[in-house]
Amino acid sequence: MRKWLVVVVALIAVALFAEVFERNKTVYIGGSLWAPPSNWNPFTPWNAVAGTIGLVYETLFLYDPLQGRFEPWLAESGEWINSNTFRVILRKNLTWQDGKPLTIDDVIFTFELGKKFSGINYSPIWNWLDRIEKVDGTTIDFIFSDPRYQEWGQQLISIAIVPKHVWEGKSETDILQGANEKPLGSGCYYVESWADDRNVFRKNVNWWGTKVLGLNPAPERVVVLRVLSNNVAVGMLMKGELDWSNFFLPGIPVLQKSYGIHTWYKEPPYMLPANTTGIFLNVRKYPLSIVEFRRAMAYAIDPNKIVDRAFEKMVTSSNPVGIMPIAGWMKYYPNEVAEKYGFKYDPEKAKAILDELGFKDVNKDGLREDPQGKAFKLTIECPYGWTDWMVSIQSIAEDLRKVGINVEPAYPDASKYNDDLYGGKFDIILNNYVTGVSSTIWSYFNAVFYPDAVESEYSYSGNFGKYHNPEVETLLDELNRTQSTDEAKMKKLIAQISEILLKDLPFIPLWYNGAWFQASGDVWSNWPDVNNPYAWPIGWGGHWQLGGVKVLFNIKAK
Amino acid sequence: MKRYLLKKLLIYILTFFFAATINWAIPRFMPGNPIHFLISRFATLPESAKVLQSYFTQAFGLDRPLIEQYINFWKAFSKGDLGISIYLYPQPVLKVILRSLPYTILLLLPAIIVSFIIGNKFGAFVARKKRLDNIALPIFYTLTAAPYFWFGILLAWLFGVVLKIFPIAGAYSFAMTPSFSWRFVSNYLYHWILPFSSLVLVMLGGWAIGMRNMIIYELEANYSRYMEALGASSKLIRRYAYRNAILPQVTGLAIQLGTAVAGTLTTEIVFSYPGIGYILMQGILNQDYFLIQGCFLFIILGVLIANFIVDILYLIIDPRIRKSYTGEV
Repeated sequence: MRKWLVVVVALIAVALFAEVFERNKTVYIGGSLWAPPSNWNPFTPWNAVAGTIGLVYETLFLYDPLQGRFEPWLAESGEWINSNTFRVILRKNLTWQDGKPLTIDDVIFTFELGKKFSGINYSPIWNWLDRIEKVDGTTIDFIFSDPRYQEWGQQLISIAIVPKHVWEGKSETDILQGANEKPLGSGCYYVESWADDRNVFRKNVNWWGTKVLGLNPAPERVVVLRVLSNNVAVGMLMKGELDWSNFFLPGIPVLQKSYGIHTWYKEPPYMLPANTTGIFLNVRKYPLSIVEFRRAMAYAIDPNKIVDRAFEKMVTSSNPVGIMPIAGWMKYYPNEVAEKYGFKYDPEKAKAILDELGFKDVNKDGLREDPQGKAFKLTIECPYGWTDWMVSIQSIAEDLRKVGINVEPAYPDASKYNDDLYGGKFDIILNNYVTGVSSTIWSYFNAVFYPDAVESEYSYSGNFGKYHNPEVETLLDELNRTQSTDEAKMKKLIAQISEILLKDLPFIPLWYNGAWFQASGDVWSNWPDVNNPYAWPIGWGGHWQLGGVKVLFNIKAK
Repeated sequence: MKRYLLKKLLIYILTFFFAATINWAIPRFMPGNPIHFLISRFATLPESAKVLQSYFTQAFGLDRPLIEQYINFWKAFSKGDLGISIYLYPQPVLKVILRSLPYTILLLLPAIIVSFIIGNKFGAFVARKKRLDNIALPIFYTLTAAPYFWFGILLAWLFGVVLKIFPIAGAYSFAMTPSFSWRFVSNYLYHWILPFSSLVLVMLGGWAIGMRNMIIYELEANYSRYMEALGASSKLIRRYAYRNAILPQVTGLAIQLGTAVAGTLTTEIVFSYPGIGYILMQGILNQDYFLIQGCFLFIILGVLIANFIVDILYLIIDPRIRKSYTGEV
């Protein structure tokens, strides 16, 4: 009898241990975790759990793509005090999650790590950053030997400030090859626990921002889920088990009308743009090497067909330059140039250009031969299994064949696709890896024209078709070295670069891939949308600093 | 007996060596480069990408000659080190596997065994009930032939979204942290039922059909007719038939159990259930040499061990083998 009692008491004690998160204090996010959580290291952000930078670690600035402006975050302010000195004033009363103060020394330490260890991804800034000078307890000057204003802005929102007292004394290997399973940052959340299909962030009640900025994150816990398929994600959204979803989900109109799923726009395209998707053309390959031939291709492709067929109108077709419709970028849109050199869907025009070039259908098989009468065949690639893209390249190939250009879609394995893309081993390739939203429009043009791609065996940063033009190289450098405050000069340079893009077309922009966002109103309300645009509603890695974190300050529990 | 086991053991060791070598070589001779994948996930500034590429190629030793990489592989393996995963950087492969394997094993092992037992019993049973056979056989065929993906989604939709009886995702509530408590264990079982039942249902058909066909064949065999002529009871005849019919099924079981490591890919995707299948697939898609190697080593070992156990089992259940090695006639 007594034995039984002991067992029962023990079981009750054990049963009490299981903690269940309170539903109305927990927000469930899906769409940003595609692998079991394995890394919380701010120095290897591509593998870190989304939110490691943004929720746990913080950057000096945030960038709001909706308004097109930098927002001081750990920094109180930052400005160019002369042409090569950027002065940062750090906020007062910043603290790390362990209660220790976050000081200017931590900032200096973080940046200087890149100087000390060449394997750190931001170490190349030291090629153009000369030194960091401490002015007083909260002020530092970054003194540049060769200021790249645009790139620097991007670094300010990417480099996570780390605590010196934790990382000091670690070797390069420790820093770059550690999982950092108990990350200690300065942010409003810390990592509470994780399992193979989830990562749980817990609110840091002592966060400096509550005292200094008056911001209070609403959810007690942020649970990032690894959901493996769209149908599960849809089911969970409908059941109200998933609050915030960043999946590409089909059937948005139905979800919105019948289940009250929240999206950015109430009507097509429903989603904000996330990047420019288009085709890179291998300019070293005949006949793609002929400028006018590429031009004919641009006229022959109908992006609206792709928008309808592959994306159910959840994306919009691109303007001819491919500049994304976000505030910070559209203000530079070169209207005149676009009107003069731009293209739109016009297959008749495409045919006329091809006729003029001497590409004619000699053997009457419906496809054109080159001016020497020789048949040619081109392939267009996207990775196998990316179904929306597979439909898209079918549509493109179909359009091109309609005007007589022999193009066939190919769907290699993703690994082969990446190898082809980076190595320039393709004819035509669909891509959007490096054309995404950022703090600087320079990043888009760099993606299109990246000059180093020409000589290197592998290019990871754009210009995959290896287009070479010294003029654009100079212009690109000049753009990088122009301050955003000098809008007139920015505009002029962008017009010049756009002109080259539209004339030479090494890249044909087609549509803006969506910033997929769907939210459930079951538990949390006040999600951002076009009428309440307080934040960019994306929780993918690298997007928390673009305002994703602000969603958490504004949503309200029912 | 001893000779039999020694011979088998030697064959298994050789098989392992060759399988492991092929397993090492195949991903490396695939087109593509794992570091490209790593970088494709990180849209960054141009110079950073270059830094990453060179640092990680070196860190993973991928800049070394292939033969050196191969020797390093065996060296590390002898120390129980399967390398660092590229896809799940920087977790050691062994840790990744050991972390997700329990979910798979706890789901698949019971499903295989339960479906094996029920399927064989039921198959043997229907083999001699003409009318039941007519009804059951088409059902079994439908179950085995149904695309699992579709079938699973159907179950998840019906029981999860429409009837709201079972959860549709995860191995336990997303609102829980694992602990040794009734609340947690019951929650785990609750999440386990639907994927488990779907697997049992689908696998059941295969076992049942196999058993049914074998039993019918055995009952038609000469020894059965001879026994019948001798006047043996039909129960006795069936017992002998069952003993003969079960042999190929046991081999099938061994292979199933051995491949259990990677067996739940579709279940994982349909029910968003954590496990090793999806990780292995991602490893392959990301060309994560070390993760692919590690997972396949587990599969190879699994198959070999399961087969070895069956070899021993055969000694017990199949007198022919026992006799051929012990010299009895």
